[in-house]
Amino acid sequence: MSKLQDTARSLLDAGEVKVAIGYGEGSVGRVRPLFVTDAAGAQGLIYDGRCTQNLAVYTYKKETAAMGKPAVTAGVATMRALMRLVAERQLREGDFIALAVVGDEVTVCRTLSEMENWLAAAAPKPREADMEMIARIEAMTPAERWAFWRGEMDRCFRCYACRQACPLCYCTQCTVEVNQPQWIPVGATVQGNLEWHAMRAMHLAGRCIECGQCGDACPVDIPIHLLTVKLAADVRNVYGAATGMARDETCAMSIFKPDDRENFIG
Amino acid sequence: MDFEPKIVAFVCNWCTYAGADLTGTSRIKYAPNVKMIRFPCTGRIDFMLLMKAFANGADGMIVSGCHPNDCHYTSGNFHARRRWTVFRSLLEFMGVDTERIAFTWVSAAEGAKWADVVNSTVEKVRALGPCEAYKNADYE
Repeated sequence: MSKLQDTARSLLDAGEVKVAIGYGEGSVGRVRPLFVTDAAGAQGLIYDGRCTQNLAVYTYKKETAAMGKPAVTAGVATMRALMRLVAERQLREGDFIALAVVGDEVTVCRTLSEMENWLAAAAPKPREADMEMIARIEAMTPAERWAFWRGEMDRCFRCYACRQACPLCYCTQCTVEVNQPQWIPVGATVQGNLEWHAMRAMHLAGRCIECGQCGDACPVDIPIHLLTVKLAADVRNVYGAATGMARDETCAMSIFKPDDRENFIG
Repeated sequence: MDFEPKIVAFVCNWCTYAGADLTGTSRIKYAPNVKMIRFPCTGRIDFMLLMKAFANGADGMIVSGCHPNDCHYTSGNFHARRRWTVFRSLLEFMGVDTERIAFTWVSAAEGAKWADVVNSTVEKVRALGPCEAYKNADYE
């Protein structure tokens, strides 16, 4: 039995948590989220390179939140999402336990201080493949960039898997579903898709923790996460703000400095 | 037919709108291509409004408000500045031409500057030509 399974079993046995949220074997070599409510089920928990889905989403989704206090298997991205949810007052200390995992090592984090320390030591970086692709797009001419994104948006059929996979898209009513005013047309048109994805990127500016799950969840492989990851990199470079690292961080878009950069304003 | 650019100006009530008023009362002539939309504050200028303007046929835009430290509500323009910075970067990344959007600060005393801003934006957009790509995204 792995250390992760052992840890989850003892937490469930002790009644410290009601459910262990982690990864389990799925079909055709894939992994799926696993919700373990009894100690015996803990043997299904795994953690390996395939386990990239951000499990922080299940801390607030209605059905899973109703299961009771969770112990969440947390790689770096999931941990950052949990911390960001704390910073945005969606979770509180004691609402959850994080089982911080690196390879076979498991650290049980009960307090926010433990999580912050673990994150600081983990020193998260954006995914290399994402940054490479962003650099490639930035090297294009504006017309090529437009053609690239127009082509990608042409395939989007608005299933909103990107939103559902995002740990920070927790609004109970999304602007895309508002119809007074109707900001974004309901049908999947290129322009509407552009508006939807640009809006989502803007709403995540200064908040995105760069897990890339919106792009990974896309059934037609639109690299939609590049928009949010690009803005996350900008916010970090321009305003020096980290996301998902500490409980008391703000959002770079809701604060300002009088001497913020404005080299484009005449 | 010669191309006449359609320019939409998103301006704040307290500085730029008053500044444009001064342009008029000072009898300064400027290009008539601009349609002004008055907002309570630059902080209210939602990025979606800019996208909607492009979608509805604007060839260029002016976004303008109080100079830093002059905001009627103390900090609306500071918040707006951060949002514009990020939004501009997003548009550039998506290949939308940000040359078509002029961001400026025009105070209530800068009637002449407002005329300059409008004239220079109109000329710039005239040179760029009609903004077709975004508007016709569905039909390419």
